[in-house]
Amino acid sequence: MNFGFTEEQSLLRDQVERFIKEACPMPKVREIAASESRFDSELWQQIADLGWLGLTIPEAHGGLGLKWIDLTVVLEAAAEGLCPLPIASQALASAAVLTCGNDKQKTEWLPAMAAGSAICTIGLYDEANWIDAKAVTAEAHASDDGYVLKGTKPFVNDAAAADYLLLAVNAPNGLALAAVAKDNVKITHQPTMDTTKPMASVDLEGVKIGADYLLPMSEDQLAFLTDCGAVATTAEMVGAGAAILQMTSNYAKERIQFGKPIGQYQGVKHRLADMYVDLESYRSLSYYAAWSVDDDIDGLAKAVSLAKGYASDAFAQIGIDGVGLHGAIGFTAEYDAQLYLKRSKWARPMYGDSDYHMDRIATLGGL
Amino acid sequence: MDFDYTASEQSFREEVRSFISENLPPKKERDKNFLANWLEKVRAKGWVGFAWPKEFGGSEGGLIEQTILREEMALAKAPPLGTSMMGLAWVGPGIMQYGTEEQKRKFIPDILDSKVTWCTGYSEPNHGSDLAAIQCKAELNGDHYLVNGQKIWTTGAPWSQWIILLTRTQFDVESKHDGITCFLVPMDAPGVEVRPIQNMAGDKHFAEIFFTDVQVPVENRLGAEGEGWNVTVSALANERSSIGEVTQMFEKLENLKELVKTTSKQGQPASEDPKVRRTIARFEMKVAAMKFNGLRYLTKQIKGEPLTSETSVNKLHRASLEIEIDDFAVQLTGQAGLQLRGGESAVDGGTWSKSALNWPNVVIGGGTPNIQRNIIAERLLGQPKD
Ligand SMILES: Cc1cc2nc3c(=O)[nH]c(=O)nc-3n(C[C@H](O)[C@H](O)[C@H](O)COP(=O)(O)OP(=O)(O)OC[C@H]3O[C@@H](n4cnc5c(N)ncnc54)[C@H](O)[C@@H]3O)c2cc1C
Repeated sequence: MNFGFTEEQSLLRDQVERFIKEACPMPKVREIAASESRFDSELWQQIADLGWLGLTIPEAHGGLGLKWIDLTVVLEAAAEGLCPLPIASQALASAAVLTCGNDKQKTEWLPAMAAGSAICTIGLYDEANWIDAKAVTAEAHASDDGYVLKGTKPFVNDAAAADYLLLAVNAPNGLALAAVAKDNVKITHQPTMDTTKPMASVDLEGVKIGADYLLPMSEDQLAFLTDCGAVATTAEMVGAGAAILQMTSNYAKERIQFGKPIGQYQGVKHRLADMYVDLESYRSLSYYAAWSVDDDIDGLAKAVSLAKGYASDAFAQIGIDGVGLHGAIGFTAEYDAQLYLKRSKWARPMYGDSDYHMDRIATLGGL
Repeated sequence: MDFDYTASEQSFREEVRSFISENLPPKKERDKNFLANWLEKVRAKGWVGFAWPKEFGGSEGGLIEQTILREEMALAKAPPLGTSMMGLAWVGPGIMQYGTEEQKRKFIPDILDSKVTWCTGYSEPNHGSDLAAIQCKAELNGDHYLVNGQKIWTTGAPWSQWIILLTRTQFDVESKHDGITCFLVPMDAPGVEVRPIQNMAGDKHFAEIFFTDVQVPVENRLGAEGEGWNVTVSALANERSSIGEVTQMFEKLENLKELVKTTSKQGQPASEDPKVRRTIARFEMKVAAMKFNGLRYLTKQIKGEPLTSETSVNKLHRASLEIEIDDFAVQLTGQAGLQLRGGESAVDGGTWSKSALNWPNVVIGGGTPNIQRNIIAERLLGQPKD
């Protein structure tokens, strides 16, 4: 039992923080988010070279063979600067191949994913705010040499940047992930509040894939990947939440009104304290959930719901208070606080909002 | 980051479990000798003052094993391991940190053996949150100090044998934190008068205490003269940490779940009401947050860093949960929830209605939520002081 980070993990965190500061500071984040591709292949290659994309991929498949808790370090630190690169999507796609792929698929695909040469993402549910196998409505029908797909996958994170998309479908033998190449599908950008987390719908109607490109997926595997998604999202909520708290706390020390720093007024400092209590609390829960992915699969669902259930509403409030405590400057497009508020809006429903997770806590807790 | 227990930690857990199954009868079967026997047995096991130095009768056990011990005891709904809660949680640790060799030898064994109960004399009528402004006076007079002044809200004063007492030995100080001195005083010393105060739950657990020319020998001073504030700051961190100790929430949460399963709301089982389910899930999230916050702090302690301001985080969680859980249970059970202990329609024997009136113990005691927020904002986030 050791609830601290190892020296290696601390070095990794330092490395990510340094990289974000030097190579992907906020002006760069804004530039990427405003660009047509909403992606930066140069930065992507750099982080691939640093090994961040292969953290959870086994060494035999070209990765580093580490755990989700290590990945969490990267996701959290990158989210401090709202890094818009699809690191989480890549990790989830890797998890999907590791979970549902056969040996051949793993051997062929994972090394390219670890190396960053194949940018990948996943799309699980087709209904907004509904997490259930029934919310997968896209279909795969058998054809002579493979499958023909039917339907649309809305709300796929990082779809436009991806070379390959792993999309949940109902196949003749049950749920499956269809692996499609971006050139074979029509991808339509869906503008959302958070420009640092681009989202798109993927039109699958009539798209053909070979038999090797359908990965059978059980409901348990779907649930596992959803939980992984929630862990990744929560890790980013920890980083982004910490960053806006820091930004707001610094501002409160400097902004003078009525002759005193506003941080001296309890209406301000107590809000900051509450933000701190919530942030540290969902941080603790988030680490436990990340650890559970690799080391306590039976406890994963509960651990994830405790973390994401807490973080969803808490980070939303932190985002609002972060902007609000700044006064009007916080409302300006130029000031960065608003970007964090938008991230909190994005994160809130992702892989389950607080109601979904609280319902699951109640059920798992014996009610 | 690793939440697995080592083989030896796991076997310690087994040891605790089997001890419990052999020595802890169900609540209904416990007779009047039970508690004394229990205290003797856990003491013989070395589980009281588990992590304290062997020199003074502790076991020098590891902090993780101590956590396991607490968890298992709480899960089994076991009684406490000693009768002096304050002695074990902060007076004993304070004496071990700041006391003389003689004081350690004199006071620590009695705390471990449940022979002596301690109370804590900080607050005064005019100085509560602003604790460092206390005025209770102690003057050196040869081989003893002469204490004059008043304390109030002293929990356990009506039955305690000793008090850890905060006084002022110097009045012309630049900072109010200077000139404070801490003493260990027997409650039966001449000039100590205790007047119990009844609280809204009907109990007389706290009291005001008047000190009139009380002679306290110099050897009963804890720490140097004028250095009492340091003693208090670390004792307060220990107090807040004990208030925020998550294992105290296990039984309550479990009882609450049982309650909603057996209560009907508008003719339907309350446990099927979505709002009820989510409310309980929210409590469970906060309890889990306390648990894992606690484990993160534990890692810090294992590295040898003492706990300080972070203890306010779980203190705040405990404070809000304490109010919300009881309030929820009482409201859920409607008129039945109002019934007091002893009443034939009282829910769960009136435990909820009783504790719903007792939240100030952990909300106001140990420092109010506003003060905890000040501590977090000022000491952890670097905000300017009020
Ligand atoms: C059940 C119980 C048990 C207790 N046991 C003990 C004990 O064993 N020993 C002991 O010494 N004391 C004990 N206390 C006393 C306790 O520590 C004090 O009551 C507490 O610190 C608050 O002090 P006060 O009651 O004087 O309230 P005050 O300090 O007068 O506060 C009144 C209100 O003002 C607010 N306030 C005060 N200052 C500020 C500020 N700077 N910013 C914002 N708000 C502020 C407080 O939050 C509170 O709401 C106990 C209290 C209770 C209720």
